Amino acid sequence: MELFTPDFGLVFWMFVAFILLFIVLAKWGWPVIIKQMEGRADAIDKGVEYAREAKQQLDNAKESAQQVIGEAQARQAEMLREAAKMKSQIIEEAKKEASEEARKVMEQAKVSIEQSRKEAELQFRNEVSKFSIDIAEKMVRNQLKNDEEQQKLVNKMLDEIEKN
Amino acid sequence: MRKNLAILFSIIALLFLSFPALASEGEKGQVDVKENIFHHLGDGYGWEVPFSHTYRIPLPVIVRAEDGSWHCFSSGRLVKYEEHTDAKTGKTHTVAVPQIVTIAKGDWPDRYKFVLAHTSKHKNKVVQLIPTSPADEAEAEKIASAQNDEIVDGYVKFDGKYYKEYKPFDISITKNVLALFIAAALVTWMVMGLVRFYTRNGFKAPRKGMGFLELCVDFVYTGVIKSTLGEKAPRFAPYLLTAFFFILVMNLLGLIVIFPGGANLTGNIAITLVLAVMTFVITNIHGNKHYWKEIFWPDVPLLLKFPIPIMQVIEIFGIFTKPAALCVRLFANMMGGHMIVITLTLLIFIFAAYGAAVAGVSAVVSLLFSIFMLALDTLVSFIQAYVFTLLSTIFISMAVHEEHGDHHGAAVEEI
Repeated sequence: MELFTPDFGLVFWMFVAFILLFIVLAKWGWPVIIKQMEGRADAIDKGVEYAREAKQQLDNAKESAQQVIGEAQARQAEMLREAAKMKSQIIEEAKKEASEEARKVMEQAKVSIEQSRKEAELQFRNEVSKFSIDIAEKMVRNQLKNDEEQQKLVNKMLDEIEKN
Repeated sequence: MRKNLAILFSIIALLFLSFPALASEGEKGQVDVKENIFHHLGDGYGWEVPFSHTYRIPLPVIVRAEDGSWHCFSSGRLVKYEEHTDAKTGKTHTVAVPQIVTIAKGDWPDRYKFVLAHTSKHKNKVVQLIPTSPADEAEAEKIASAQNDEIVDGYVKFDGKYYKEYKPFDISITKNVLALFIAAALVTWMVMGLVRFYTRNGFKAPRKGMGFLELCVDFVYTGVIKSTLGEKAPRFAPYLLTAFFFILVMNLLGLIVIFPGGANLTGNIAITLVLAVMTFVITNIHGNKHYWKEIFWPDVPLLLKFPIPIMQVIEIFGIFTKPAALCVRLFANMMGGHMIVITLTLLIFIFAAYGAAVAGVSAVVSLLFSIFMLALDTLVSFIQAYVFTLLSTIFISMAVHEEHGDHHGAAVEEI
C-alpha cells in the first residue's frame, strides 16, 4: 500500500524542515515567549499583592489618622479646659492682689490723711493761739491807754488775788 | 440564517440539476472512487489549482540517477495535456499524457530519461528508464501474461512498451514538501511575530490573533508541559511546543482545499513517522538510570524477570510501541478525516449517474455531511496536535523523572 509506506523524500524533507524550525524557534522563539509570559504572570501577581498591601496600608493609615485626630481632639479639649481653669485662677488672683493693693493704698491714704489732719490741727492751734495773743495784746494795749485805767486794773487784779 | 442556508442549498441543487454532465465528467460516466481518494490523499509532483483540470503549479523534481548524478527539472515537463476527442460521442476531453523527460550528458542528448510511472510498482513516482534490449522487453511481456498483471517487477510499461526501470533516489520538492515548507514558514512567522510584538511593546499583553496564539502557547506550556515536567519544563518545552504548533498548522492547512493548503500532510505516514522518531530519540537520549532500571530490572516478582526475561521483553517492546502508537494515531486520525470528506464529496459524482434529481439531493446531503465533517476535523486537528504533545510530554517525563517521584510515575503511566 502506497499510503502506508513512508516516502523517503518526504521523510528527508520533513526531518530537515522540522530541525530547521526547531533550531530557529528554540533559539529565538519559545524561550522569549515563555520568559515573557512568566514574567508578565509574576508581574501581575506582584501587582495584585502590592495592591492588596497598599489597600491594607491605606486602611491602617485611615485608622491611625482617626486615632491621631481623636487624640488631638481630646488634647484640645483638655487644653481648653485647663486654659479656662487657668484663666479663672489668674483672674481670681488678680482680683485678690488688686484688692490687697487697694487696701494698702487706702490704709496709707488714711494714715497720711490723719497725719495731715493732725498737722493741720497743730498748725491751726498755733495760729489760733497766736491770734488770741495778738488780740489779747491789742485789747490790753487798748485798755491800758491811761494811767487811771491802768490803776483800776491793777486794783482789780489785786482784788482778785486778795479774794483768792 | 436558516433561510439563507436553504437558499444556498437550493442553488447548489439546481446547479447539479441543470448540469448533470458537469458532475459526471469521467471516463464513460464512471468515477474511479479508489483512484480519486488515493490521488487526493497522496503526494504529487505538481500542485492542483481550483477550476482547472490541466494546470498544475510546477515544482522542482530532484532525483539521483543510477550513475550517481543529480538532476533537477520542472515537474511541468513530466505531463503534457492533450485534447482528446471521443470517436463515438464526439465529446472532447483533456487527457494527461505522460512525457519522457530527457536530460543530455555531453553530446549524448538522451543520456538520462525520466518518466512518471503509471504501470509499474512505483506508480505515480518518477522513475528512470534504462536502455532495454528487445529480449528483455519480450521477457517482461511474458512475465506479465503469465501473472495476468501488467505490473512487472523491475519494469515500467510506458506507451505500450516495457522498459527496465530504476527507482532513483528522490528528494523532489513535491506538493507535500512544499506544503511542509509553507507550514514551517507559517509557524515561524506566527511565533516570531509574537516575539517581535514583545520586543516592541514590553510587558503589554497581545490582543486578538496574537493573544490567541499566546493563549495556545500558555495552554500547552502551562497546562501540559509545566504541569507534567515541572522544573525540567524549560529544557523540553522548545521541542514540544514546536511539535504542537507544527502539527496544528499542518492539520489545519490540510483542511483548506485550495493552494496554500490541501496537502494531506499529517495524514501521511512519513510525516508522523519523523515526529514519532523525534519523540523516541529525545525520550531515550534523556532516559535516566531510573528509566533504564525500570526496563531491565523492574519492581516485579523475581520469577517474572530472572530465568526468563518476560518483563524485559515487554518493556523493550514498549519502548518502540509508544512512539509507534503516536505515529499511527496522528496519521490514522487525519487520514481518516480526509478520506471521509473526499468520499462524501465523491458520492455526488457517483449518484450523478442515476439522474439529475438523485444527484441534486445527494449533493445537498453530501455537502451538509462534508461541512459537518470538516467542522469535526477542525476539532480533531486541535485534539490530535494536543494529544501528540501530551503523550510526548508524558513519555519524556517518564524517562527523566527521579526515583523519589515513583508514585507520580505510576499515576502518569495509567493515563
